[in-house]
Amino acid sequence: MAILEVKALTVARGSRPLVSDLSFALAAGEVLHLRGSNGAGKTSLLEVLSGLRSPVDGTITPQPEGGQLHWLGHKNALNLALTPIENLEFWCGLNGRAADGLVPVLEQLGVAKVRHRACRTLSAGQKRRSALARLLLDQRPLWLLDEPLDGLDAQGLELFASLLKAHLDKGGAAIITSHQPLPAGVPGVRELRLS
Amino acid sequence: MWTWFHRLASPPTFYRLADRFAPWFGIAAAGLLAYGIVGGLFFAPADYQQSDAFRIIYIHVPAAALSLSIYMLMASAALVAVIWRIKLAECVLVSAAPIGASFTALALVTGMLWGKPMWGAYWVWDARLTSELILLFLYAGVIGLNQAIEDPRAAARACGLLALIGVINVPIVHYSVEWWNSLHQGSTILKMGKPAMNAEMARPLYAALLGSYFFMGYVLLRRTQNELLLRERNTAWVKERLESSNV
Amino acid sequence: MIQIFAAVLRRELRLAATAKTEWLMPLFFYVIVVTLFGLGATPNDPKLAEFAPAILWVGALLAALLTLERLFRADFEDGTLEQIFLGTQPVTLVVAAKLFAHWLLTGLPLALLAAPLSSALGFSSVAIPALVAGLALGTPVLTLIGGFASALTVGLPRAGVLLPLLVLPLVTPVVIFGAGAARVAQSGLDGAAPLYFLAAILVLGLTLLPWATAAALRNAFE
Repeated sequence: MAILEVKALTVARGSRPLVSDLSFALAAGEVLHLRGSNGAGKTSLLEVLSGLRSPVDGTITPQPEGGQLHWLGHKNALNLALTPIENLEFWCGLNGRAADGLVPVLEQLGVAKVRHRACRTLSAGQKRRSALARLLLDQRPLWLLDEPLDGLDAQGLELFASLLKAHLDKGGAAIITSHQPLPAGVPGVRELRLS
Repeated sequence: MWTWFHRLASPPTFYRLADRFAPWFGIAAAGLLAYGIVGGLFFAPADYQQSDAFRIIYIHVPAAALSLSIYMLMASAALVAVIWRIKLAECVLVSAAPIGASFTALALVTGMLWGKPMWGAYWVWDARLTSELILLFLYAGVIGLNQAIEDPRAAARACGLLALIGVINVPIVHYSVEWWNSLHQGSTILKMGKPAMNAEMARPLYAALLGSYFFMGYVLLRRTQNELLLRERNTAWVKERLESSNV
Repeated sequence: MIQIFAAVLRRELRLAATAKTEWLMPLFFYVIVVTLFGLGATPNDPKLAEFAPAILWVGALLAALLTLERLFRADFEDGTLEQIFLGTQPVTLVVAAKLFAHWLLTGLPLALLAAPLSSALGFSSVAIPALVAGLALGTPVLTLIGGFASALTVGLPRAGVLLPLLVLPLVTPVVIFGAGAARVAQSGLDGAAPLYFLAAILVLGLTLLPWATAAALRNAFE
C-alpha cells in the first residue's frame, strides 16, 4: 500500500523551476533518500510534500494534512529561551494532544538529563535530539526529515537508525534529505538524485 | 462562463487582447482629455465666485475620482489573486498601485493649489484632503511591500492581503476623518459647495473624467503587459513573442 | 479550542518571564516619550493638557510599534512556525492566542500607564476614564493590525522601516476616535460615541485580522 504517491510534480522557487515532472510512490517500510547538490531543490521539494508550500503543478496523494506526517525541518523548531520539555509541551498543544509521556521519550533520546535547561545552553546534538523527540510523541505514517543527521555524533547516528528502523517496522515510511549517507542498518532505502 | 474566464486570465491571451485594446484606450483618452482640459481651462466660463481658480477641478476631480476607483480595482484584483491565485490578477494588482498613487498625489497637489487662493493656505485639515492623504499612505504601503519581498508571487499575495484590509479600512478612515473634522467646524474652511454647474462648465469636466478612466485603462493594460513579460520571461510564449518582434 | 489557546498563552507568558526587558522596554519608552514632550514645551504649559490626548495616543502607538517586529519573527526563524502550520490545530486560533498574549503584555500595560502619565501632562482627571477606556479598546486593534503587518513582513531581513509604513495608515481611525474620546471628555462632554466606534472597529478587527494574519504567515513560506 502506498503511503505517498506523487504524480508529475513541478516545484519552483520564485520563477526558478527546481524540480519538474517528478513522479514516485512510497510504500510502507520504505525510505526515500533525497540527494543533490546545494540549491538542487531538496528542501523545497520536502516543503511541498509537507504542504507548507504549494507546487506549481502535479498531485500529491493523499493530500498533505496536519497529523498525518511528521516534519523535521533543518531548523529545530525549539525556542532557545525555553527548555526541551516546555518546547515539547507547546508542540503537544499545537497537535491537540495531552502533554504526557514526555520524559520517557526524552530519556530514549538521551536528553532527559538536560530537560530543564534552556535550549540555548544545549549543544547542537542535544538540540537535534530534542527535536527528534517529536517524532516519537505521535504515531504518524510519514516522516519528512530535512538533514536530520546534522549535529549528531556516532552514538546519535546509531540512535537515529534504530528509531527509523522501528518506525519502518511499524509500517511507516520516510523521506530524508542528507548530504551524508544514511547510517547502515536501515532497510528499504532508495535514492533519488535531484539535479 | 468559467472556461471563458480562465482563457482570458491566461497570460498569452490577455497579452494579445491587451495589445488589441490598448491603442483604442489611448486614442479615446487623448481625445477626451484634450477636449476636457482645453475646453475646461480656456473656453468654459469663469465661476462667478471663484473666478478662474475653479478651473483646477478639470484636473482635480478626475484625479480624486480615479484615486479611489483604482483602489477599488486593486482590491478586486487582490480578492481574485488571494482566493484563486490567478497570475493575471496578481499582475493587475501590483501594476495598479503606482498608478493609483500617482493620481492620489495629483489630487492632493491640485487640491492644495486650489486651497491657497480659496483658504489662504496650501494645507488645511479638511476632511477630504486628509482622507486623500491617508489613501496615499495606503498606496505607499502596498508599493513598499511589493518592492521589499523578493519573490514576485509571494509579494503580490502579501500586497493583495494588505489591499483587502486596506479597502475595508478606507470607509472607516473616511468616516472617522469626517467625525473628527466635525468637532472643529467654524474655522476658516470654505465649504466646497456644489452649486449646479451650467452645461458649458460641466461638459468638459465629464469629458476629462471619462478621458482619465480611459487613460488609466491604457496605462494599466500596458503596465500589466510589462509585468507579465517580466514574470513569464522563462516561458515559451514570451520567447516566441520576443523572437517574432525581433527585439 | 480552549486547550490550544491556553497552550499558546502559557508559552508566551513563559517567554515573557525569561525576557523581562522585552516587554518592560516599551513601557519605559512610553514614559520617556511623554517626558520629552513635557521638556519640549515651556514648563507647566497649560497647552500641554490640550495636547495630552494626541501625545498619549501617539506615544502608545509608537511604543507598541517597537514590539511588533519580533512578534512572529522568532517563531519564523527557529522553525516553530512550520510546526504551527503542520499541527492539527487551526492556525487562526494559534495566531489569535499569540496576539492576545501580546496585548496582555504590551497594550494593556500601556493603557493603564496612560492614567498617571496623563496627570503629569495636566490632563483633567474627570476625563481619565474616557482616555483609559479608549486605549483599552484601541490597543487591541493596534495589536491586531500590527500583528497583521508583522506577519506580512516576517520573512524580510529589514522589516523595521516598512512596518510603520504599513501600520500607521491603517490605525488612523483608531487614533482619531481614541484621542477624540479623550478630547471630548476633557471638554466636559460625553465621550461615549467615539468609544462605541472604537468598540465596533475592535469587533471588526477581531473577526477579520486573525484570519488575514494567518494567511499572511502562510505566504511567508512561498
